[in-house]
Amino acid sequence: MSTEEKYVAAAYLVVFLFVLVYVLIMAAKLSRLGRDVAELTALARERKRAGQGSTEQPPKQVRVG
Amino acid sequence: MTTVLLGGAVALIFFYAPVDQDGLNQKIFYFHVPIALTSYACFGWGALKAFQHLWKRTPGADLESYVAIHQGVIFGAMTLVTGSIWAKVRWGVWWVWGDEQLVLFLVLFLFYCAYFMLRFSVDPGPQRANLCAVYALFGVVLIPISFLAIRLANSYIHPTVFTSNGPQMATSQLATFCVAWAAMLSLAYFLYRFELAGKRLDADLKELRELLA
Repeated sequence: MSTEEKYVAAAYLVVFLFVLVYVLIMAAKLSRLGRDVAELTALARERKRAGQGSTEQPPKQVRVG
Repeated sequence: MTTVLLGGAVALIFFYAPVDQDGLNQKIFYFHVPIALTSYACFGWGALKAFQHLWKRTPGADLESYVAIHQGVIFGAMTLVTGSIWAKVRWGVWWVWGDEQLVLFLVLFLFYCAYFMLRFSVDPGPQRANLCAVYALFGVVLIPISFLAIRLANSYIHPTVFTSNGPQMATSQLATFCVAWAAMLSLAYFLYRFELAGKRLDADLKELRELLA
């Protein structure tokens, strides 16, 4: 491989690496966002469950006699 | 689409476009120049979105401007690196300070790098959005200067392919160049949409977190 060929290969490799690193960083960020969505969904479900529990009517007492 | 265009561009560069007097080094030109033009396009798009933010207060225009400038800086960095590699083969040095085109592009690149310093030094809100929009609009003035510098300069170290007489290359080379440029624009658009979607999702999640807190 001549020196010129090495430089041309290096130029193309640089472009490829830039794009690859960028996509990997973005993929990592999206993965973090996915975890955040899951966490917030769980929190919202918990809230809903707690809300339903507090709004339930207490059983009526029946006076006998 | 982007993958097809990139694959097609690489195939045309290495199997279709002829090697001219510049030798194999000329193969760098097919990616280097489209990347540089794409970075100009990204900065221009960022400035347009900044203008929309200032003029019409378009919702989300500030975020779109930021993402476009981020793309422009990434493509700008690629331009500088691939250009330096090309210069090392052609001129024997990595950088020539006497070349107006190189220096002006570096100034443009550093100017937009400073955009992020400004953005992250101000608290999020309308003030930050306005400051960043004004800064992005100032930067866009450098684009035509950078582009025309080579044509107005007295030193002709940097090769000029596109002159007032049209492109100075064979039809096969021009076709390859156009495909490579379309591939780069497509790649930039894909990355722009990708990053923008992530940023919007992040903003929505922050709001949701505050609402649930």
